[in-house]
Amino acid sequence: MPRPGFVLEVDRSTPPVLTWHGEGFRLERLPAGRSRVIYAPEPLEPLDDPDQAVRDALLSPLGDSAPLPELLFPRMRLTIAFDDISLPLPPMRRPDNRQRVIEAVLDMAAAAGVDDVVLICALALHRRMTEAELRHAVGDRVYDAFAPHGLLLQHDAEDPDGLVHLGKTDQGEDVEISKRAAESDLLVYVNINLVAMDGGHKSVATGLASYRSLRHHHNVRTMLHSRSFMDQERSELHSSNWRMGRLIAASGVRVFQIETTLNNDTFPEQMAFLQKREWEWTARDRAMYLATTKGLSVTPPRVARSIFQSIKAPHAMTSVHAGEVEAVHRATTEMIYRQQMVHVEGQTDIVILGLPHLSPYNVNSIMNPVLVVCMGLGYLFNMYRGKPLVRAGGVVILSHPTPWAFHPVHHPSYIDFFEEVLADTTDPLQIEKTYEQRFATDEWYRHLYRTSHAYHGVHPFYMWYWAAHAFDHIGRAIIVGGEPRAVRRLGLSPASSLDDALEMATDTVGREPTISHLHLPPIMLADVH
Amino acid sequence: MLREALRGQRIAITGATGFLGTALVERLLRTVPGCDLVLLVRPGRRGARDRLRREILRNNCFDPLRRALGDEFDAEVDRRVAVVAGDVAADGLGLDAAGEETLASCTTVIHSAATVSFDSPLDAAVEINLLGPLRVAETLTRLRASVGSLPHLIAVSTAYVAGSRRGRAPEATLAATPWSTEVAWRSEVDAARRARADADAASRDPRMLARFERQARAELGAAGMPLLAAKTERLREDWVKDRMVEMGKSRAQGLGWPDAYAYTKSLGERALLETRDDLPVTIVRPSIIEAALAEPFPGWIRGFRMADPVIISYAKGLLKEFPGVPEGIIDVIPVDMVVAAILAVAARGPLSEPDVFHAASGARNPLRYRQLVDLVREWFTDNPLADSKDQPITVPEWTFPGRHRVQRQLRQARRVLGTAERALQALPLRGRQADLSARLEERRDEAERALSYVELYGAYTETEAVFSVDRLLGVYEALPPEDRRDFCFDPAVIDWRHFCQEVYLPSVVAHARVRQAPRPGTAGGRRGARATAGGREERGRRAVLAPERQLAVFDLENTLIASNVVDSYSWLATRHQGDADRVRFVLRTLREAPRLLALDRADRGDFLRYFYRRYDGAPVERLREDSWELFSDLVLTKSFPAGIRRVREHRALGHKTLLITGALDVVIEPLRPLFDEIVCAHLGQRHGRFTGELVDAPPTGEARAQVMAEYAETWAIDLEQAVAYADSTSDLPMLEAAGHPVAVNPETKLAAIARKRGWHVEHWPKAPEGPRPLLPIGPRA
Repeated sequence: MPRPGFVLEVDRSTPPVLTWHGEGFRLERLPAGRSRVIYAPEPLEPLDDPDQAVRDALLSPLGDSAPLPELLFPRMRLTIAFDDISLPLPPMRRPDNRQRVIEAVLDMAAAAGVDDVVLICALALHRRMTEAELRHAVGDRVYDAFAPHGLLLQHDAEDPDGLVHLGKTDQGEDVEISKRAAESDLLVYVNINLVAMDGGHKSVATGLASYRSLRHHHNVRTMLHSRSFMDQERSELHSSNWRMGRLIAASGVRVFQIETTLNNDTFPEQMAFLQKREWEWTARDRAMYLATTKGLSVTPPRVARSIFQSIKAPHAMTSVHAGEVEAVHRATTEMIYRQQMVHVEGQTDIVILGLPHLSPYNVNSIMNPVLVVCMGLGYLFNMYRGKPLVRAGGVVILSHPTPWAFHPVHHPSYIDFFEEVLADTTDPLQIEKTYEQRFATDEWYRHLYRTSHAYHGVHPFYMWYWAAHAFDHIGRAIIVGGEPRAVRRLGLSPASSLDDALEMATDTVGREPTISHLHLPPIMLADVH
Repeated sequence: MLREALRGQRIAITGATGFLGTALVERLLRTVPGCDLVLLVRPGRRGARDRLRREILRNNCFDPLRRALGDEFDAEVDRRVAVVAGDVAADGLGLDAAGEETLASCTTVIHSAATVSFDSPLDAAVEINLLGPLRVAETLTRLRASVGSLPHLIAVSTAYVAGSRRGRAPEATLAATPWSTEVAWRSEVDAARRARADADAASRDPRMLARFERQARAELGAAGMPLLAAKTERLREDWVKDRMVEMGKSRAQGLGWPDAYAYTKSLGERALLETRDDLPVTIVRPSIIEAALAEPFPGWIRGFRMADPVIISYAKGLLKEFPGVPEGIIDVIPVDMVVAAILAVAARGPLSEPDVFHAASGARNPLRYRQLVDLVREWFTDNPLADSKDQPITVPEWTFPGRHRVQRQLRQARRVLGTAERALQALPLRGRQADLSARLEERRDEAERALSYVELYGAYTETEAVFSVDRLLGVYEALPPEDRRDFCFDPAVIDWRHFCQEVYLPSVVAHARVRQAPRPGTAGGRRGARATAGGREERGRRAVLAPERQLAVFDLENTLIASNVVDSYSWLATRHQGDADRVRFVLRTLREAPRLLALDRADRGDFLRYFYRRYDGAPVERLREDSWELFSDLVLTKSFPAGIRRVREHRALGHKTLLITGALDVVIEPLRPLFDEIVCAHLGQRHGRFTGELVDAPPTGEARAQVMAEYAETWAIDLEQAVAYADSTSDLPMLEAAGHPVAVNPETKLAAIARKRGWHVEHWPKAPEGPRPLLPIGPRA
C-alpha cells in the first residue's frame, strides 16, 4: 500500500533536502523551526493487465456513450488523435500508453471493417515530432502501417486547407479545428493525463485547434483568472475549453475520449533515490547520489543534457477510462488527485522549487530561460488547489542553471523573444499588446513550424503568459545557480546559493520567513487550506 | 631692409607643396608684401592651380593670413601667385612655352623640391635629388637666351651631405671640404637607372613570378583570379621598389652617407656646381627641419616628419630602446628659422662664386641626445597617451645601447612573431582565435616599424658632426634690428625645454591624432572610455543596420551555418545506406579529405565542380524530399541563430536580402523564405537523376561580386548602401565591392584583412546541440 503525501516540519535533525537543479541536484539544508518539506504520495499500484484494462474501458464506456465497437462501421471516416511529445514527462518506457490504446482501437476498427483511418498527432502549436519520437509514441507496428501511406499526420495549425471554423461560443470565441477530425464520423482522442490540467475538452479544443481559436484562452487575461489552471473548477482556461468542447459536440463532431493515467514512478532504478525521503536513504542511495553529482559536475553541459534527455521513466498505467468527454475526465481527475494531491496547512512566505531538466516543451531539446520561467512560475507555481503555497507578496525561489542557450531547430522564435522582447519589457500585458501579433504571423516562424520541427512563433508568448498569475501574486522571484545575465534578462534576481537567496528574500518578506519546499521529483499538487 | 631688397622681385619656388616650400610661400605672402611668387608644381590629376588651392592654401599654415585678409585672401593670392605646371624629374622641367616665359621672368629661384624620405628607391632619389638641381640650373641657363639675364638660384640641400663624419663641417662647397667623398655623379646616375631596369627584369623571372603568386595566395587564399592577379603584380612592384630602396641604402652607406637621401643630395650639389656655368648659385643646407618656433604660429608642422613617428612610437611604449650617443648632438632646426635664413640669403643676393650656408643649431646652441630624450620622457610622463582601454601608457626608459644590439633584438622579435603568425595562419582557425593571429600580425608590424626606424634614423642620433654656422651668422649680424626681429634665424634664441615641451611635442601629438589619457580627476573620463570600448562593435552594428542601407548579401557556409557542402553531401549520401556502407563511406571520405581541402583552398569553383560529380546518378525526387529533413537535422542545427536573426533584421528594415552560395539548390530550398533572392549552384538532370555536372559556373570568388552588382543594378541599389557578410577570403571580391563589408567568424586571412581595413567583425556563436560526429550521417530513412 503506497504511503500518502507528507509534510515534514524541518528541525535541527532534518537532513539536507534534495533540490532538483536542471541536469543535476543539490542538497540544501533548510532553516529549522520555520521550514517544511512537502513530499508527494508514493507511486500507486499499476494496473495488472493494462491491455485488458484498455479493452474493458473501450467496451464499457462512461457517460452517454455506446461501447466503441458499436460506433464503428464500414466505410466510415475514423480519426484517432493522440497527445504529442509533451506528455508524459519524462517520456515513458515502451510500450507507451498511446501505443496500447491505439492498437486496441485499431483492432476493433479492423474487426468492424473500417478502412478510412487517419492518425493525427494533436500538436496544437507545438513542434512536429520526429520519426523516432512518433515510433516511440505509437509503436513501430502502427507507424509502419500508417506513416508510409501518409495516414499518420501531425496537426498543422497553419494549414489554410486543413482547418474548419465550426462557429463561435456564446462568449464570442472562435472554434477552429482540424478539418479531417471535424469531418470524421468518429474522432477518438487518446490522452495521457499527467497532471490535472490535461484532458477533458481541452484535448480536442486545444490540441487540434488553430492560433485563431487558441488565442481566446491562451492569453494573459485567462491566466490571471485561472487560480489555478490545475484546478478545473476555478480555471478560466478550462471554462473556455469546455465552452468550445461543447460547441464542437453541438456541431456534430462525435468525440470518443480515452484518458489514461500513470503513477509517479519517474526514475529508473539507479536514480530511484531521487524520489525517496532523505532520511530513508540507504548507504547505496547515498553512494549513488554522490557518484551521480560528482559525475555530473565534470560532465560538459551538452553531454549531461543528452544523458538526462535519454531517461525513460518506468511510469506505469494506473487507470484508463473511455467514453463521453466530461464523464471520462471526472474519473481521470479523481485518479490524478489520488496520485498527486498533498494536503498542506496554510501558506508560507517563501516557496522553494527545484526545477528539473525537463518541461513539456523541451523533450529531446534544451530547457531555455523562457521555459525555466514557464516551468517554475507557470506550471509548478500553479500546482495548487485552493490557495497558492506562497502568500501574496511572497517570494518564489527557483533552482536551475538557466543557461543562455536555445535549441536552434525547436525554439527559433524563443531566441528572438528573449533577445528582442524581454530586452524591452517583461510585463506580460505589455508583451501581449506590443509583440504577440507580429510573432504569431511571422512568415519565417510559420515556415519553420510547418516544415521543420519548430514551436509556433507565438509559443514563447504563451509560456510567458503561463507565469502571469505568479507575477501578479508574488513579490519577487529569485533563481539560485542561474547564469546571472540570463536571469536578469528574465527580470528575476540571480543568487549564487540558497543561503544568498534566502537572505535576499528578507528584503521582501522580512526576517525569519516561513518556507515551503516542494520536494520534486515527482510532481505533486498541493491542496492548500 | 630685407623687405626692401625683395620688393619687386619675382621669386620662383619649387617644392611648394612640401613642408619647407609651404612655409616659404606663406612667409613671403604674409610678411614680404612687395614680391610676386611663381610656384613650379607638378600638375597632378586636376592641374597645378588646383593643387595650389588644395594642397598649399588649405593648409592651416595660412590660417593667420586668411584671418588677417578675410575676403581679400583669394584676391591677394590671385594677384601675387602664379602657378606653372612642371616637374623637376623631367628634362627641361616639363615646362610649356608659357611656363618657360613665366619662369624666365623670375629674379630669384628657390629650389626646395626633393624626395626627403630616407628610404626612397635609389633611382627616384637620383632623379629628383641629384638631377633636380641640375635640371633647374640647365633650364635657367637655357632661358637666358630669351631674357638676357640670369636669376639667383638658391638650392636647398641638407647639412648631412658631408657624410657620416665627426667634428666640424664647414660652410663650404663639397669640393672645398676636406674628407668629403668624391664620386663621379654621372656614372651613379647611369648605374641607378640600370639598376631599376635590372631589378624589373629580375622580378619578371618565372621563378620570381611564381613566388609572388604563392605569396598572394598565402595572403588572400582563394580570392579569385582578378584579385590574386592584382595582388601578385603589387607584390612584384613592391619587391622591385624594396630592391631599389635596399640598393640606395647600401650604396649610400658604403660611400659614407647615412642614407640615399644625403647621398643623392650630396651628388646633387656637386652636379649643380659642375654644370651651373655662370648661373649665380647659393646653397642652403638645413639640418633636421622640425616644427615652427613662432611663424606662422608656434608648433606649425606639415606632414608626419622624420622624428615624429619615432616619438609617437616611443610614447605608445612600442620603442623599448633606441640607439644613440647620449652626448651626441641632435641637430634640429625650426622651419621658420630655415625660411628666414633663405629669405635673408635671397635678399642679400648672390656672390660671384657659389656660396654655402648651414641652417643648423648644433654649433651655436647644441641639443644633446640625452637632453632630448629626457625632455620627451618628462613630457609624456606628464601627458601620457592612452591605450585601448584609456589607461595612460608608461613610456620606457632608454639606456642608449649600441645600434647593433637594438637591431639584433628587434630582428629577433620580428622573426619570432613572424614564425608564430605563420604557424597560426596555417591552422584552420576561425572567429576569436583568428583574431589572435591578426593581433600577432599587428605586433609583428610594430616590431618591423620599430626596426625600420632604428635602421633609418639611428645614424642621425649617432651623428657626431657639428655644422658650423659662422657664415650664416655673418649674414644675420649684418641685418638691421627690425629684420633680426621679424626674420630671426639665430639658433641661440631657442630654449630647448620650451621648444620641445611647449611647441613641438603638443603639436606632434595633435598631428598624429593619437588619444591622450584623461587627466586624473577629470570626471567622465572613465565613463567615456567604457562607452568607446564597448562602443566600437556597437557602432559597427549600428552602421550595417542603418535604415538607409538597401541590400544585405550573405554567404551561407560558415557565415550563417557552421557546415559545408561536404557535410550536406555526407548526410544525404548515407541516409539510405546500411551500417557497413556507412562505415565505408566515412573512411573513403576521410581518406580524401586532405585532397579536398587543398583543392578548396586553391579554387572554390574547381572544388565544387569536382565535388559535385559525386551526385552523378542521385535520384532528384528523393534528394528533394530528404532535403527537408536535412534542413532541420543539419542546416538549422548547425546554424548561427544570431546570423539568422541578422537576416531577418535586415528584412524588417526593408533592406533586400540576397543569399549567394555554392550549395546546391535542392539543399537550400527550405531556406528560401528567409531571403528575397537566392543565387546557388544547380546540377543538371537526366531522367529524374542528377548528372553530377553543374548547369552553369558556381557563384564563387569574383562571380559573387558580379552577382551582387547585377542584383543591385536590377533594383537600382547603390552598392555603397550594400552590406556583405562572409567568412573567408574567397569572398574578398564581394566584400570589397560592398559599401559595408562584415567579416563573420573570419578565418585567419580574412581576420587579418578585416582588422587592417577596419571592417566590422561579427562573432556569431554556434547554437548548442548534440555531440558532433566528424562527418554528419543521415538518420536512417
